[in-house]
Amino acid sequence: MEVAGEVLASESQLHVLAVDDSHVDRKVIEKLLKISSCKVTTVESGARALQFLGLDEEKGSLGFNGLKVNLIMTDYSMPGMTGYELLKKIKRSSAFREIPVVIMSSENILTRIDSCLEEGAEEFLVKPVKLSDVKRVMSDCIMRGETEGNNRRRVDKRKFEDDNHASSSSSSSSSIPSSPSSPLPSSPSTAATSSPLHSLKRPKLRDHN
Amino acid sequence: MDFVNQLQRKFIDYSSSLHREGIVDDQFTQLRKLEDENSPHFVMEVASLFFEDCEKLINNMAIALEQKQGVDFKQIDECIHQLKGSSSSIGALRVKNACIAFRSFSDGQNREGCLRCLQQLSHEYSLLKNKLQTLFRLEKQIVAAGGSIPRVH
Repeated sequence: MEVAGEVLASESQLHVLAVDDSHVDRKVIEKLLKISSCKVTTVESGARALQFLGLDEEKGSLGFNGLKVNLIMTDYSMPGMTGYELLKKIKRSSAFREIPVVIMSSENILTRIDSCLEEGAEEFLVKPVKLSDVKRVMSDCIMRGETEGNNRRRVDKRKFEDDNHASSSSSSSSSIPSSPSSPLPSSPSTAATSSPLHSLKRPKLRDHN
Repeated sequence: MDFVNQLQRKFIDYSSSLHREGIVDDQFTQLRKLEDENSPHFVMEVASLFFEDCEKLINNMAIALEQKQGVDFKQIDECIHQLKGSSSSIGALRVKNACIAFRSFSDGQNREGCLRCLQQLSHEYSLLKNKLQTLFRLEKQIVAAGGSIPRVH
Protein backbone atom coordinates (compact mmCIF):
# COMPACT_ATOMS: atom_id res chain seq x y z
CA MET A 1 0.00 0.00 0.00
CA GLU A 2 1.55 3.26 -1.07
CA VAL A 3 1.81 6.17 1.28
CA ALA A 4 -0.41 9.03 0.10
CA GLY A 5 2.48 11.43 -0.19
CA GLU A 6 4.41 9.03 -2.36
CA VAL A 7 1.46 8.50 -4.67
CA LEU A 8 0.95 12.23 -5.09
CA ALA A 9 4.61 12.89 -5.73
CA SER A 10 5.03 10.17 -8.30
CA GLU A 11 1.76 10.75 -10.11
CA SER A 12 1.47 14.50 -10.27
CA GLN A 13 5.05 15.65 -10.46
CA LEU A 14 8.35 14.11 -11.43
CA HIS A 15 10.82 14.21 -8.57
CA VAL A 16 14.29 14.87 -9.90
CA LEU A 17 17.53 14.46 -7.99
CA ALA A 18 20.16 16.80 -9.43
CA VAL A 19 23.81 16.22 -8.59
CA ASP A 20 26.50 18.82 -9.27
CA ASP A 21 29.50 20.11 -7.35
CA SER A 22 29.07 23.61 -8.82
CA HIS A 23 26.81 25.88 -6.81
CA VAL A 24 26.04 27.96 -9.89
CA ASP A 25 25.02 24.88 -11.87
CA ARG A 26 22.88 23.53 -9.04
CA LYS A 27 20.98 26.78 -8.91
CA VAL A 28 20.45 26.83 -12.66
CA ILE A 29 19.37 23.21 -13.00
CA GLU A 30 17.02 23.60 -10.05
CA LYS A 31 15.36 26.53 -11.77
CA LEU A 32 15.10 24.74 -15.11
CA LEU A 33 13.48 21.77 -13.43
CA LYS A 34 11.07 23.81 -11.33
CA ILE A 35 9.95 25.70 -14.42
CA SER A 36 9.34 22.31 -16.00
CA SER A 37 7.01 21.50 -13.09
CA CYS A 38 9.29 19.06 -11.32
CA LYS A 39 9.99 18.60 -7.68
CA VAL A 40 13.74 19.05 -7.24
CA THR A 41 16.33 17.94 -4.75
CA THR A 42 19.88 19.14 -5.37
CA VAL A 43 22.99 17.60 -3.84
CA GLU A 44 26.62 18.46 -4.28
CA SER A 45 28.20 15.04 -4.71
CA GLY A 46 27.69 11.45 -5.74
CA ALA A 47 28.11 10.36 -2.14
CA ARG A 48 25.31 12.68 -1.02
CA ALA A 49 23.15 11.44 -3.88
CA LEU A 50 23.57 7.85 -2.75
CA GLN A 51 22.82 8.85 0.84
CA PHE A 52 19.65 10.58 -0.28
CA LEU A 53 18.54 7.56 -2.25
CA GLY A 54 19.26 5.37 0.71
CA LEU A 55 22.13 3.49 -0.86
CA ASP A 56 24.48 4.57 1.88
CA GLU A 57 26.21 1.37 3.01
CA GLU A 58 26.71 2.74 6.50
CA LYS A 59 23.04 3.29 7.11
CA GLY A 60 21.91 -0.06 5.76
CA SER A 61 19.86 -0.71 2.67
CA LEU A 62 17.04 1.82 2.81
CA GLY A 63 17.73 5.00 4.67
CA PHE A 64 15.65 8.17 4.62
CA ASN A 65 13.63 8.62 1.50
CA GLY A 66 10.30 10.32 1.89
CA LEU A 67 9.86 10.92 -1.82
CA LYS A 68 10.43 8.50 -4.65
CA VAL A 69 13.00 9.77 -7.16
CA ASN A 70 11.83 9.57 -10.77
CA LEU A 71 14.95 10.86 -12.50
CA ILE A 72 18.56 11.59 -11.67
CA MET A 73 20.51 14.28 -13.47
CA THR A 74 24.18 14.34 -12.66
CA ASP A 75 27.24 16.28 -13.67
CA TYR A 76 30.03 14.13 -15.10
CA SER A 77 33.18 15.71 -13.63
CA MET A 78 32.93 15.92 -9.90
CA PRO A 79 35.66 15.48 -7.30
CA GLY A 80 35.48 12.19 -5.42
CA MET A 81 32.85 10.16 -7.22
CA THR A 82 32.33 11.15 -10.86
CA GLY A 83 28.89 11.16 -12.47
CA TYR A 84 29.95 8.09 -14.40
CA GLU A 85 30.78 6.22 -11.19
CA LEU A 86 27.47 7.32 -9.70
CA LEU A 87 25.68 6.08 -12.82
CA LYS A 88 27.32 2.67 -12.50
CA LYS A 89 26.43 2.36 -8.82
CA ILE A 90 22.81 3.19 -9.54
CA LYS A 91 22.52 0.84 -12.50
CA ARG A 92 24.09 -1.98 -10.50
CA SER A 93 21.67 -1.58 -7.62
CA SER A 94 18.55 -3.69 -7.78
CA ALA A 95 16.53 -1.08 -5.94
CA PHE A 96 17.40 1.87 -8.15
CA ARG A 97 18.51 0.61 -11.55
CA GLU A 98 15.14 1.51 -13.09
CA ILE A 99 15.59 5.19 -12.33
CA PRO A 100 16.62 6.97 -15.53
CA VAL A 101 19.95 8.78 -15.22
CA VAL A 102 20.96 11.74 -17.37
CA ILE A 103 24.58 12.86 -17.52
CA MET A 104 25.55 16.51 -17.97
CA SER A 105 29.01 17.52 -19.06
CA SER A 106 30.78 20.62 -20.29
CA GLU A 107 32.94 18.40 -22.47
CA ASN A 108 31.71 16.99 -25.69
CA ILE A 109 33.84 13.84 -25.86
CA LEU A 110 32.45 11.01 -27.96
CA THR A 111 34.12 8.21 -25.98
CA ARG A 112 32.73 9.71 -22.79
CA ILE A 113 29.25 9.93 -24.27
CA ASP A 114 29.47 6.36 -25.51
CA SER A 115 30.60 4.92 -22.21
CA CYS A 116 27.83 6.70 -20.36
CA LEU A 117 25.17 5.50 -22.76
CA GLU A 118 26.62 1.99 -22.56
CA GLU A 119 26.36 2.03 -18.79
CA GLY A 120 22.70 2.84 -19.17
CA ALA A 121 22.45 6.62 -19.13
CA GLU A 122 19.26 7.86 -20.74
CA GLU A 123 20.85 10.93 -22.21
CA PHE A 124 24.02 12.91 -22.27
CA LEU A 125 23.51 16.67 -22.17
CA VAL A 126 26.25 19.07 -23.12
CA LYS A 127 26.48 22.06 -20.81
CA PRO A 128 25.37 24.76 -20.52
CA VAL A 129 22.03 23.03 -20.10
CA LYS A 130 19.10 24.92 -21.59
CA LEU A 131 15.40 24.82 -20.89
CA SER A 132 14.82 23.01 -24.20
CA ASP A 133 17.20 20.23 -23.06
CA VAL A 134 15.30 19.78 -19.80
CA LYS A 135 11.95 19.80 -21.56
CA ARG A 136 13.16 17.16 -23.98
CA VAL A 137 14.39 14.97 -21.13
CA MET A 138 11.04 15.37 -19.34
CA SER A 139 9.01 14.45 -22.37
CA ASP A 140 11.28 11.45 -23.06
CA CYS A 141 10.73 10.35 -19.46
CA ILE A 142 7.00 10.70 -19.72
CA MET A 143 6.91 9.08 -23.15
CA ARG A 144 8.97 6.22 -21.79
CA GLY A 145 6.30 5.64 -19.16
CA GLU A 146 3.56 5.90 -21.79
CA THR A 147 5.42 3.68 -24.25
CA GLU A 148 5.72 0.92 -21.68
CA GLY A 149 2.01 1.24 -20.95
CA ASN A 150 1.10 1.37 -24.64
CA ASN A 151 3.20 -1.63 -25.50
CA ARG A 152 1.26 -3.67 -23.00
CA ARG A 153 -2.03 -2.30 -24.31
CA ARG A 154 -0.92 -2.82 -27.90
CA VAL A 155 -0.11 -6.46 -27.34
CA ASP A 156 -3.40 -7.04 -25.53
CA LYS A 157 -5.47 -5.36 -28.21
CA ARG A 158 -3.76 -7.31 -30.97
CA LYS A 159 -4.58 -10.51 -29.17
CA PHE A 160 -8.19 -9.41 -28.93
CA GLU A 161 -8.34 -8.64 -32.65
CA ASP A 162 -6.78 -11.98 -33.61
CA ASP A 163 -9.36 -13.77 -31.52
CA ASN A 164 -12.17 -11.87 -33.21
CA HIS A 165 -10.87 -12.37 -36.74
CA ALA A 166 -11.76 -16.00 -36.73
CA SER A 167 -15.41 -15.23 -36.05
CA SER A 168 -15.41 -12.46 -38.71
CA SER A 169 -17.14 -10.07 -36.37
CA SER A 170 -17.42 -6.45 -37.22
CA SER A 171 -14.98 -5.42 -34.60
CA SER A 172 -13.57 -2.09 -35.63
CA SER A 173 -10.10 -2.28 -37.02
CA SER A 174 -9.36 1.13 -35.66
CA SER A 175 -5.71 1.93 -35.35
CA ILE A 176 -4.12 1.10 -32.07
CA PRO A 177 -3.42 4.23 -30.08
CA SER A 178 0.27 4.82 -29.78
CA SER A 179 2.21 7.46 -27.88
CA PRO A 180 1.13 10.82 -29.21
CA SER A 181 4.50 12.10 -30.25
CA SER A 182 6.36 8.88 -30.88
CA PRO A 183 8.64 9.21 -33.88
CA LEU A 184 9.07 5.45 -34.13
CA PRO A 185 6.91 3.04 -36.06
CA SER A 186 5.08 1.04 -33.45
CA SER A 187 6.25 -2.49 -33.11
CA PRO A 188 4.91 -4.88 -30.54
CA SER A 189 8.26 -6.49 -30.02
CA THR A 190 9.90 -3.22 -29.09
CA ALA A 191 10.24 -3.19 -25.36
CA ALA A 192 10.69 0.26 -23.91
CA THR A 193 14.10 -0.51 -22.53
CA SER A 194 15.56 -1.63 -25.85
CA SER A 195 13.87 1.10 -27.85
CA PRO A 196 16.31 2.71 -30.27
CA LEU A 197 15.10 6.01 -28.95
CA HIS A 198 16.76 5.35 -25.64
CA SER A 199 19.72 3.08 -26.06
CA LEU A 200 21.28 4.55 -29.17
CA LYS A 201 20.37 8.11 -28.55
CA ARG A 202 22.94 10.58 -29.67
CA PRO A 203 22.86 13.91 -27.92
CA LYS A 204 22.56 17.04 -29.97
CA LEU A 205 26.17 17.90 -30.52
CA ARG A 206 26.30 21.62 -30.54
CA ASP A 207 29.33 23.76 -31.10
CA HIS A 208 30.95 24.30 -27.74
CA ASN A 209 34.46 25.33 -26.89
CA MET B 1 5.20 55.82 -15.21
CA ASP B 2 7.46 57.87 -17.45
CA PHE B 3 10.25 57.41 -14.95
CA VAL B 4 9.82 53.64 -15.05
CA ASN B 5 9.87 53.71 -18.85
CA GLN B 6 13.09 55.67 -18.80
CA LEU B 7 14.67 53.17 -16.44
CA GLN B 8 13.47 50.30 -18.56
CA ARG B 9 14.89 51.92 -21.68
CA LYS B 10 18.19 52.42 -19.90
CA PHE B 11 18.12 48.80 -18.82
CA ILE B 12 17.49 47.54 -22.34
CA ASP B 13 20.25 49.71 -23.78
CA TYR B 14 22.75 48.70 -21.14
CA SER B 15 21.87 45.06 -21.46
CA SER B 16 22.29 45.21 -25.24
CA SER B 17 25.70 46.79 -24.84
CA LEU B 18 26.82 43.91 -22.64
CA HIS B 19 25.93 41.51 -25.41
CA ARG B 20 27.54 43.66 -28.08
CA GLU B 21 30.77 43.88 -26.13
CA GLY B 22 30.81 40.14 -25.66
CA ILE B 23 30.67 40.45 -21.89
CA VAL B 24 27.71 38.08 -21.85
CA ASP B 25 26.35 35.68 -24.44
CA ASP B 26 23.14 33.88 -25.28
CA GLN B 27 23.25 31.75 -22.14
CA PHE B 28 22.76 34.93 -20.10
CA THR B 29 19.65 35.66 -22.15
CA GLN B 30 18.45 32.10 -21.53
CA LEU B 31 18.75 32.66 -17.78
CA ARG B 32 16.84 35.94 -18.07
CA LYS B 33 14.00 34.08 -19.70
CA LEU B 34 13.71 31.92 -16.59
CA GLU B 35 12.79 34.94 -14.48
CA ASP B 36 9.19 35.65 -13.65
CA GLU B 37 7.08 37.40 -11.01
CA ASN B 38 7.93 34.68 -8.49
CA SER B 39 11.68 35.00 -9.01
CA PRO B 40 12.33 38.41 -10.56
CA HIS B 41 15.97 38.50 -9.48
CA PHE B 42 17.05 34.98 -10.40
CA VAL B 43 19.89 36.16 -12.62
CA MET B 44 21.18 38.45 -9.89
CA GLU B 45 21.17 35.53 -7.46
CA VAL B 46 23.05 33.24 -9.83
CA ALA B 47 25.52 36.04 -10.53
CA SER B 48 26.30 36.52 -6.86
CA LEU B 49 27.04 32.80 -6.51
CA PHE B 50 29.24 33.11 -9.56
CA PHE B 51 31.13 36.08 -8.11
CA GLU B 52 31.82 34.08 -4.95
CA ASP B 53 33.10 31.15 -7.00
CA CYS B 54 35.29 33.38 -9.15
CA GLU B 55 36.88 35.18 -6.28
CA LYS B 56 37.64 31.96 -4.47
CA LEU B 57 39.10 30.26 -7.52
CA ILE B 58 41.16 33.25 -8.66
CA ASN B 59 42.52 33.55 -5.15
CA ASN B 60 43.40 29.84 -5.01
CA MET B 61 45.19 30.07 -8.32
CA ALA B 62 47.15 33.13 -7.23
CA ILE B 63 48.31 31.27 -4.14
CA ALA B 64 49.19 28.16 -6.13
CA LEU B 65 51.26 30.20 -8.57
CA GLU B 66 53.12 31.83 -5.70
CA GLN B 67 54.46 28.55 -4.36
CA LYS B 68 58.26 28.75 -4.50
CA GLN B 69 58.75 25.04 -4.03
CA GLY B 70 56.78 24.24 -7.15
CA VAL B 71 53.47 25.11 -8.75
CA ASP B 72 50.72 22.54 -8.53
CA PHE B 73 49.51 22.78 -12.11
CA LYS B 74 46.98 20.05 -11.52
CA GLN B 75 45.27 22.25 -8.97
CA ILE B 76 45.41 25.21 -11.34
CA ASP B 77 43.88 23.09 -14.05
CA GLU B 78 41.09 22.01 -11.72
CA CYS B 79 40.36 25.66 -10.83
CA ILE B 80 40.27 26.66 -14.48
CA HIS B 81 37.93 23.79 -15.25
CA GLN B 82 35.50 24.86 -12.53
CA LEU B 83 35.64 28.49 -13.52
CA LYS B 84 35.15 27.67 -17.18
CA GLY B 85 32.13 25.61 -16.22
CA SER B 86 30.42 28.27 -14.12
CA SER B 87 31.20 31.09 -16.52
CA SER B 88 29.71 29.02 -19.30
CA SER B 89 26.59 28.33 -17.24
CA ILE B 90 25.96 31.99 -16.53
CA GLY B 91 26.94 33.20 -19.99
CA ALA B 92 30.03 35.14 -18.95
CA LEU B 93 31.64 34.90 -22.36
CA ARG B 94 34.85 36.83 -21.90
CA VAL B 95 35.62 35.17 -18.59
CA LYS B 96 35.02 31.80 -20.22
CA ASN B 97 37.35 32.64 -23.10
CA ALA B 98 40.01 33.81 -20.67
CA CYS B 99 39.75 30.39 -19.01
CA ILE B 100 40.22 28.63 -22.32
CA ALA B 101 43.36 30.62 -23.05
CA PHE B 102 44.58 29.99 -19.52
CA ARG B 103 44.21 26.27 -19.94
CA SER B 104 46.82 26.03 -22.66
CA PHE B 105 49.44 27.69 -20.45
CA SER B 106 48.50 25.52 -17.53
CA ASP B 107 48.77 22.43 -19.74
CA GLY B 108 52.18 23.62 -20.81
CA GLN B 109 53.11 24.09 -17.14
CA ASN B 110 54.21 27.60 -18.01
CA ARG B 111 54.27 29.63 -14.82
CA GLU B 112 54.93 33.00 -16.45
CA GLY B 113 52.22 32.38 -18.97
CA CYS B 114 49.85 31.39 -16.20
CA LEU B 115 50.58 34.54 -14.24
CA ARG B 116 49.74 36.64 -17.30
CA CYS B 117 46.57 34.65 -17.87
CA LEU B 118 45.53 35.03 -14.27
CA GLN B 119 45.94 38.77 -14.60
CA GLN B 120 43.82 38.77 -17.74
CA LEU B 121 41.23 36.60 -16.03
CA SER B 122 41.05 38.94 -13.02
CA HIS B 123 40.63 41.86 -15.36
CA GLU B 124 37.77 40.20 -17.22
CA TYR B 125 36.15 39.22 -13.95
CA SER B 126 36.31 42.79 -12.58
CA LEU B 127 34.87 44.14 -15.77
CA LEU B 128 32.02 41.63 -15.69
CA LYS B 129 31.28 42.25 -12.04
CA ASN B 130 31.19 46.04 -12.44
CA LYS B 131 28.95 45.90 -15.46
CA LEU B 132 26.57 43.34 -14.01
CA GLN B 133 26.32 45.27 -10.77
CA THR B 134 25.36 48.36 -12.78
CA LEU B 135 22.74 46.31 -14.58
CA PHE B 136 21.39 44.85 -11.35
CA ARG B 137 21.19 48.32 -9.78
CA LEU B 138 18.96 49.37 -12.66
CA GLU B 139 16.96 46.23 -12.17
CA LYS B 140 16.35 46.98 -8.52
CA GLN B 141 15.41 50.57 -9.32
CA ILE B 142 12.84 49.41 -11.84
CA VAL B 143 11.26 46.97 -9.40
CA ALA B 144 11.32 49.56 -6.60
CA ALA B 145 9.54 52.01 -8.88
CA GLY B 146 6.84 49.43 -9.47
CA GLY B 147 7.92 48.45 -12.96
CA SER B 148 8.84 45.09 -14.41
CA ILE B 149 12.21 44.09 -15.78
CA PRO B 150 12.14 44.01 -19.59
CA ARG B 151 12.88 40.50 -20.74
CA VAL B 152 12.51 40.69 -24.46
CA HIS B 153 15.13 42.47 -26.53
